[in-house]
Amino acid sequence: MKNNEISTLNAAPTVRQETLEQQYIDLYKEQRESIKKHSSAVMNTSRDESFARFEALGFPTSALENYKYTDLRETLSVDYGLNINRISVPINPYEVFKCDVPGIHSYLYFVVNDAFYPVNDPVHNKLPEGVIIGSVKDVAASHPELLRDYFGKLSTAKNDGLVAFNGAFAQDGFFMYVPKNVVMDRPVQLVNIMRSDVDTMANSHNLIVIEEGSKAQLLVCDHTVDEVRFLSNRVTEVFVGENATYEHYKLENVHTKTTNLSTLLIDQRKSSNVLANVITLHNGITRNTIEIDLDGEGCDTLLCGMVIADKKQEVDNFTSIIHNKPNCNSRELFKYVLDDMSKGGFTGKLLVAKDAQKTAAFQTNRNILLSKTAKMRTKPQLEIWADDVKCSHGATIGSLDESAKFYMQSRGISEKEARLLLMFAFTNDVIENIRIPALQDRMKLLVEKRLRGELSKCEGCVICQ
Amino acid sequence: MLEIKNLHANINGKEILKGLDLVVRPGEIHAIMGPNGAGKSTLASVLTGNQAFEVTHGDITFYGKNLLELSPEDRSREGIFLSFQYPVEIPGVSMVNFLRAALNEHRKYKNLEPLSATDFLRVMREKKTLVEMDNKLANRAVNEGFSGGEKKRNEIFQMAMLEPRLAILDETDSGLDIDALRIVANGVNKLKSPDNASIVITHYQRLLDYIIPDFVHVLYDGRIVKSGGKELALELEERGYDWIKKEVEETV
Repeated sequence: MKNNEISTLNAAPTVRQETLEQQYIDLYKEQRESIKKHSSAVMNTSRDESFARFEALGFPTSALENYKYTDLRETLSVDYGLNINRISVPINPYEVFKCDVPGIHSYLYFVVNDAFYPVNDPVHNKLPEGVIIGSVKDVAASHPELLRDYFGKLSTAKNDGLVAFNGAFAQDGFFMYVPKNVVMDRPVQLVNIMRSDVDTMANSHNLIVIEEGSKAQLLVCDHTVDEVRFLSNRVTEVFVGENATYEHYKLENVHTKTTNLSTLLIDQRKSSNVLANVITLHNGITRNTIEIDLDGEGCDTLLCGMVIADKKQEVDNFTSIIHNKPNCNSRELFKYVLDDMSKGGFTGKLLVAKDAQKTAAFQTNRNILLSKTAKMRTKPQLEIWADDVKCSHGATIGSLDESAKFYMQSRGISEKEARLLLMFAFTNDVIENIRIPALQDRMKLLVEKRLRGELSKCEGCVICQ
Repeated sequence: MLEIKNLHANINGKEILKGLDLVVRPGEIHAIMGPNGAGKSTLASVLTGNQAFEVTHGDITFYGKNLLELSPEDRSREGIFLSFQYPVEIPGVSMVNFLRAALNEHRKYKNLEPLSATDFLRVMREKKTLVEMDNKLANRAVNEGFSGGEKKRNEIFQMAMLEPRLAILDETDSGLDIDALRIVANGVNKLKSPDNASIVITHYQRLLDYIIPDFVHVLYDGRIVKSGGKELALELEERGYDWIKKEVEETV
């Protein structure tokens, strides 16, 4: 089945390829026309260019400064199948998926592996006037002008092997457009589901456009269904117009055989407000690249993240906030709780351009190691060219506060419960920065369950059980 | 209720308690006084099971149970309470969650059902008035940003919530102004009953004007070297500790 329906990478597995890249380079050259045929013109425009860049860059290795804390060698040596010919995956997510966050009343959409799943709930998903949500491929046919102005504008020029790879292989993705002065009445939810009988790779490229004066919230959930190995490499471009407000929540709850590579590129215009909150509850290997460019005065940015990891889980959050214009505020808050042999990485890159006077930028990364074998690496990286700014950064790595634990025990609270309360308290301020009440409540519960060791898969998802 | 026999305890290999004996019966208030470094706080730490201290000799029984075999949380559930000299700040843990967790663990230990949220809040309201505790404090994280006086008041509030059989007040008067001292002492006195007992560890006699002890013990160099009634405290206040030290040296 694998050979007939899904293009495999190693035609003859006994012959070792020279490099990890070579098999994908060969695949692209062989399948170039199929890839393009099953995609759209707008995505194909820069496809060859992206491929050339990938050929030159290869996959990132930990020798690169920006990938110091990510080691992809093992996971990239897996023989993943790519669904280049867009064979439909037998699953109806609307029937089988029960949301992690009941009560959120979202506009709900699915991407199964790398394909946007057709909306079959037109009543529930009756969007405010002018709002367009769908697949990049469909919108490329119905509203080509929307894509032309935005698609690839943040990603194509990136000097990043994973983004280039995505540009070469991604054939579709999620698209959301909120026109000028529209306030979305409910959050939009995008659930990425990985479903396959064989080891599978998914590349998708999402585009989100929030026009001037609009407000939108997007919750992206990552789930896996089958016990095979998955690798997803997703690029999301977000354009936030003047005075617009955009909230981006990412909730990762996937199994340990998953590699999740995600690049989130956000461009903020004058007086816009962005909150991004990236939470890894359960995973295998995760690399999040989050780059936010402040391209107008008076922007406000809050970038938060939380990682709870144990076993051999690995999470690397690489963040970059670039202040190009004056009078912008950015705050960054990342918290990690690492147990067993897990590994965490955090980079907080902050660039304040020469003209970006009156910048206020604050960065905090705090980490708790629960075992002697867990590892955390953290790196604040501030480059400040303006002279009238307020910037600070702080990174700490420690263990649970023993005196606080003893204090609780001396009041009758068991050691286990005391540890739990302390860990929960530690992550609490990230959860407090969720502005969707139903999601905030649910996260408290999920985090508590996770810290108690009761959460090994996505809660409430019937296909997982 | 409490019997301490020939207690020896070390911290980092250094012997602090060197053969301490003490018997406390229900209804009694014992004051333990002594110069700096005598081992007063060590005694409190050993009684509550602080792992930093190692007991090398001796026994402690509490209502016939070997206290040294119990975990800190079980000692608390058995009814031992320490009012900390330096209460710990726990950012992110609310007073409500902290106390509800504690109270329900105590109830579970006694095979009682957990308190409902409404019942719990009612109990909390009642006890708050006992120590004239500000509502705002109860809604904050445990001790976070509390002043010295507020922290001590919070200790007595927790004591009121947990209703211990034996309360150990470790330097509860230190850092308190007269008003706070009176409030704290009032709280302690209101909680007094024929069934419970207190050990009041203090440097100065001042607190004992408000909490009248039945017995006063002088702890010096890891042992109780002198015991008496409340008048002993006054004598110490007047004469200091040097005459005690001299007495001890002479007997040696």
